[in-house]
Amino acid sequence: MDSFIVISLIKTAVVLAALLGALLYLQWVERKVIAHIQVRPGPYRVGPHGLLQPIADVIKLLTKEDLIPPYVNKPLYLAAPFLAMTMALLSISVIPFGPTIEVAGYRTWMQLTDLNIGVLFVLAVSSMGVYGIALAGWSSNNKYALLGGLRSSAQMISYELPLSLAIAAPLLISNTLSLRTLVEKQEGSILQWNVLHGPFPQILSFIIFLIAGFAETNRVPFDLPEAENELVAGFHVEYSSMKFASFFMAEYANMITVSCMAVLLFLGGWVAPWPARYGSSYVPVAIFAGAGVVALYHGMHPGRRRDRHTLPVFGAAFLAMAAVFLLPAVQAWLLPLFWFCAKTGSVLFTFMWVRGTLPRFRYDQLMGFTWKFLFPVAVANLLVTGFLVAWFS
Amino acid sequence: MDVILFLIFAVIAVVCAINVVVQTHPISSAISLVGVMGSLAVLYLLLGAEFIAAAQVIVYAGAIMVLFVFVIMLLNAGAESKRGRSLMAQLLGAPLLVALLGLLAYFVQRLYPRSASVHFGGFTHGTPLDIGRALFTTYLLPFEVTSILILIAIVGAIVLARKEMD
Repeated sequence: MDSFIVISLIKTAVVLAALLGALLYLQWVERKVIAHIQVRPGPYRVGPHGLLQPIADVIKLLTKEDLIPPYVNKPLYLAAPFLAMTMALLSISVIPFGPTIEVAGYRTWMQLTDLNIGVLFVLAVSSMGVYGIALAGWSSNNKYALLGGLRSSAQMISYELPLSLAIAAPLLISNTLSLRTLVEKQEGSILQWNVLHGPFPQILSFIIFLIAGFAETNRVPFDLPEAENELVAGFHVEYSSMKFASFFMAEYANMITVSCMAVLLFLGGWVAPWPARYGSSYVPVAIFAGAGVVALYHGMHPGRRRDRHTLPVFGAAFLAMAAVFLLPAVQAWLLPLFWFCAKTGSVLFTFMWVRGTLPRFRYDQLMGFTWKFLFPVAVANLLVTGFLVAWFS
Repeated sequence: MDVILFLIFAVIAVVCAINVVVQTHPISSAISLVGVMGSLAVLYLLLGAEFIAAAQVIVYAGAIMVLFVFVIMLLNAGAESKRGRSLMAQLLGAPLLVALLGLLAYFVQRLYPRSASVHFGGFTHGTPLDIGRALFTTYLLPFEVTSILILIAIVGAIVLARKEMD
């Protein structure tokens, strides 16, 4: 019992640190990706390739004056960012990152806690997340903020329906609500992943989940709650300093949660695309070694003067990572973690890619799209899946 | 542990429920009601009904109360003023409340004697599998009738809204 508490505390600390680090640097990655899509270098001044930019941003946000306008509803105004942040961080506690591992004689799961209703827990927490935004908009006592809050509540209620229906279809195939069992049922090869699994591949459901996920996290092209040119900044227009930052971080944490859920439900979680006996465990080695060699080559032939010093360091780091992946002692837990992070990262990249390419929807288009197209398609998909699962079982 | 958690969340539920009535602003009342729903979900969880707890949060705290808050925000309802209450309510309110609670406690005591009291985690039929099976076998008719009832309500709302538009 005592060892359980200690292990849980350590795991919580590790997951929290990793999550906050990911939140910090996700923002840097997004700025870089968007910048390169728009053919510009992006953050470049603070540290090599702008790598220290997130830390500079945090210092800026912490030291900014924390202004509370006199006309706000104070208790709710103060509670709203806290609520948004809590709900965004809470759902990570049921996400499994890998199989069971053994550290210093203790066996434990790479997951904070396994609920047998894990999927429902994530849905419940995400449905509570609306309050943070809606209350922020209302309590600010500002017409732009109120409109942003209203838009966001309407949008999140509407898109939660296709989202839940899209989640239900792969659950019918896997026949479980526990996220860990869900992944274990998809073990094997890429053909066992729910997105391609028989009797009815869930490609449609996966796409619906992604679209609804974009809307749930208020991302482009569904970022109407914070449409700058219409609403100044929407629901968080009256917030400054760390309160503004917590909305920002909540949005990114929600993005990570949605990506993790997409990976767990449809893309097989930490399972490799093909079995290890066909060499899937050498993929990370190849990727890191390739990246290291490319970085070293560009360090030898620098395009910019500064690259002569920075790129060889990155190259050496990548080669060291490749070597680490060859150690049998760490392979057991590093490989699943690699696949999980690689898949989640790909989904996150899709989020940024879409932000860099698509324009924003008009409000009536947004509502028409979910109620008249997404919802019926999700219902039809669920019906077909249900019939086929019943037929083949 | 269970008893301590039960006491904490039972107190939160009751305080929030009183707060729903006491608050003058509709938004504050709605938020208090969310608190009631949330603590009820925890109580279900303590008893072992995990699916019901999740459904309570998703449906009541998540969906229905968000709609409440949404409508209140949309109508931009302001705080209500407290007007002088009638003499009858001032005199009889508290005694009648005590009498009602006493009657309830008495009947619960009579209907469910001590031997049949519930235990924490004693309810083992709370898994999604059990709930699904119960809904589609034992309680099929009430389940379907309820869904039709909700459908009627939706159709009714649309009919009323269209009459306004024409």
